[in-house]
Amino acid sequence: MRIEIGDYGARARQVIREDPQVREAVTGATLAFDAKRRRSYDEIDSDAWRRWAEAVKSHALTHLDRYLAEAEARLIENGAVVHWAADAGEARQIVMELAAENGVRRVVKGKSMVTEEIDLNPALEGAGIEIFETDLGEYILQLLDEPPSHILGPAIHRTLEQVRELFAERLETPPDGNPDTLARAARKVLRDAFLSAEMGITGGNFLVAETGTVALIENEGNIRLTTSLPRIHVAIVGIEKLLPRMSDLAGFLQLTSRAATGQPIGCFVSLIQGPAARPGDDGPKEVHVVLVDNGRTDVLAHEHAWEALRCVRCGACLNVCPVYRQTGGHAYGWVYSGPIGSVLDPGLLGLREAMPLPFASSLCGACFDACPVRIPIPELLLEWRREAQEEGLTPWRERAALTTLAQMATRPGLYRLAGRIGSRLGGSALGRALPMLGDWARERALPKPSERSFRELWREGIE
Amino acid sequence: MKVTLFVTCLADHYFAQAAADSVRLLRRLGCEVHFPEAQSCCGQPAWNAGRNREARRMAEHTARVLADAEAVVVPSGSCAAMLKKSYPKLAVAGDGSLAELAAHTWELGEFIVHRLGVTELGNGLAGRRVAIHQGCHALRELRLETEPELLLRGAGAEIVPWEAQDECCGFGGLFAVKMGAVSAAMADRKLDTLPAVDWVVSGDGGCILQLDGRARMRRARIPFVHLATALWEGVSSLAASPEREN
Repeated sequence: MRIEIGDYGARARQVIREDPQVREAVTGATLAFDAKRRRSYDEIDSDAWRRWAEAVKSHALTHLDRYLAEAEARLIENGAVVHWAADAGEARQIVMELAAENGVRRVVKGKSMVTEEIDLNPALEGAGIEIFETDLGEYILQLLDEPPSHILGPAIHRTLEQVRELFAERLETPPDGNPDTLARAARKVLRDAFLSAEMGITGGNFLVAETGTVALIENEGNIRLTTSLPRIHVAIVGIEKLLPRMSDLAGFLQLTSRAATGQPIGCFVSLIQGPAARPGDDGPKEVHVVLVDNGRTDVLAHEHAWEALRCVRCGACLNVCPVYRQTGGHAYGWVYSGPIGSVLDPGLLGLREAMPLPFASSLCGACFDACPVRIPIPELLLEWRREAQEEGLTPWRERAALTTLAQMATRPGLYRLAGRIGSRLGGSALGRALPMLGDWARERALPKPSERSFRELWREGIE
Repeated sequence: MKVTLFVTCLADHYFAQAAADSVRLLRRLGCEVHFPEAQSCCGQPAWNAGRNREARRMAEHTARVLADAEAVVVPSGSCAAMLKKSYPKLAVAGDGSLAELAAHTWELGEFIVHRLGVTELGNGLAGRRVAIHQGCHALRELRLETEPELLLRGAGAEIVPWEAQDECCGFGGLFAVKMGAVSAAMADRKLDTLPAVDWVVSGDGGCILQLDGRARMRRARIPFVHLATALWEGVSSLAASPEREN
């Protein structure tokens, strides 16, 4: 996916002004997701679960070398082939070579953010390979030629009406088709693809070091088919997805499902333990696991940002985020959007590339309360902001304004004088010409200063 | 009890009456209120922008000005959270003054409920239908989830549930000007879900500036009231009717 983060502000404004359906669709969907998440958290001692999950993930991340080696050894014992990809280019090349060696013409895919991250689809299509996204939301987006806008519900920015029109045009469903009719039409196309594809490509929610198990959670059954029908299964997994033990997985499957959709557990959980053991057994003949770094070890080395690697891609922070809700994910300009994107993207892409995302937050803190692995997102946003200031990546006007504020605030006489002038300026035409007030006034009426400041009232005596 | 008011720069200039009502309310509840005039801005704009050096200068200034205070009361959840939660993170090694200040700083409603132990404020707001806007920093940094409601109920008001009560108004300091369109859309979500009420009460002036500014731009007239003013109105209306005095 092309990186277009720099235009966040303009894109956000554009989608809010020109495509109000997006705001409506995203707000409705995320509020519904979030309400389910809250109910589901209330059913358990969610604080205790979240603290446990935080500890397990932090442990795994701080012992990543050990668990990666263990996972590789177990995967190989299970008969899987392990590939290491330092960056997106290597990851693409591994998959391309596998496809070429095996004469792959058709690929079915399960929903996977990491394949978006490494731009896999365009590369495969460039080689003349036909790709079928088999998650219903992803399938809709493939027909629309759009990237996902949400980690979990990739097409939540689209309304039912829009999907109806799309399917009527492309799949010849009736113009008033209900969701069942639409899903059936997609299923018909996808069933044929499952049966004819030579390769299935998925991500991985977790990789268990102890057993070499790739775990996948889903609700549609398409991942089960993607990982079992084609001759070759390729799982592309970020190195941060490791869990030490199988018993950890038991907890994470439940907590991730609760955080993501409010379910006690996803409808389908696939535990991939290597290829079919004997001829005639179900399952793929070959299983390949591609372990992707692509900036993750840089994030891990960062004093603060490493905590963002605990992310299990549940989307809970997106669902609860009032900023995300106004625009959906596309405005953010890259694969990972919302609160987690704003702290992860600077680590994965470099801060300069990810500006201004650390500032795309009102620091309301709702994301931290929702996060199943307690990533301190507001604190990390502040940390990136500090680095942006140190590296001079923020507008000079803003830096000057804050330095001036500090100068005045530490000199009482000057502060009082500035307060008086500021209050008079506030409602005037001159005030509107000032940069900050002018920006404020574009969206809101100017604030009305008090006729007399509090300190004037205090001096006169408050009765 | 001796109390020092940290009025906040915003309340000083934009919510002077609410700040004065904080003084009146605290006095009525038996406090002796002090106001060191050298106080200014707590430094939150700089802190939130990632400019720690400037934020630290303002924090140290504030700590010097409030050094003799026994209890500091702030009529803003956001600025109170700055003093209580962020100041200790700004302290240079060996300087305990910021942590010390943090330890005896209170948001106004928090102080009344938890330090003074008061939640019964008479029945002066009886018949008043009120929606509460929970400021994010009071709610999620200070975890003051029920205090405004307790106090407003304690003054006789009827609390009307608001779907978006706990959601951010979109202010976020510089965020409001840097990401203006998103910030305004956030305010719209609050305004679009607001039930019919007599007052919308918040303990944070910043949130009121944002919501009121957006409402006025939309040509809507919504009665936003600061928590201090709401409570003082409840308490003082009681005192004005002698038959209720006891």
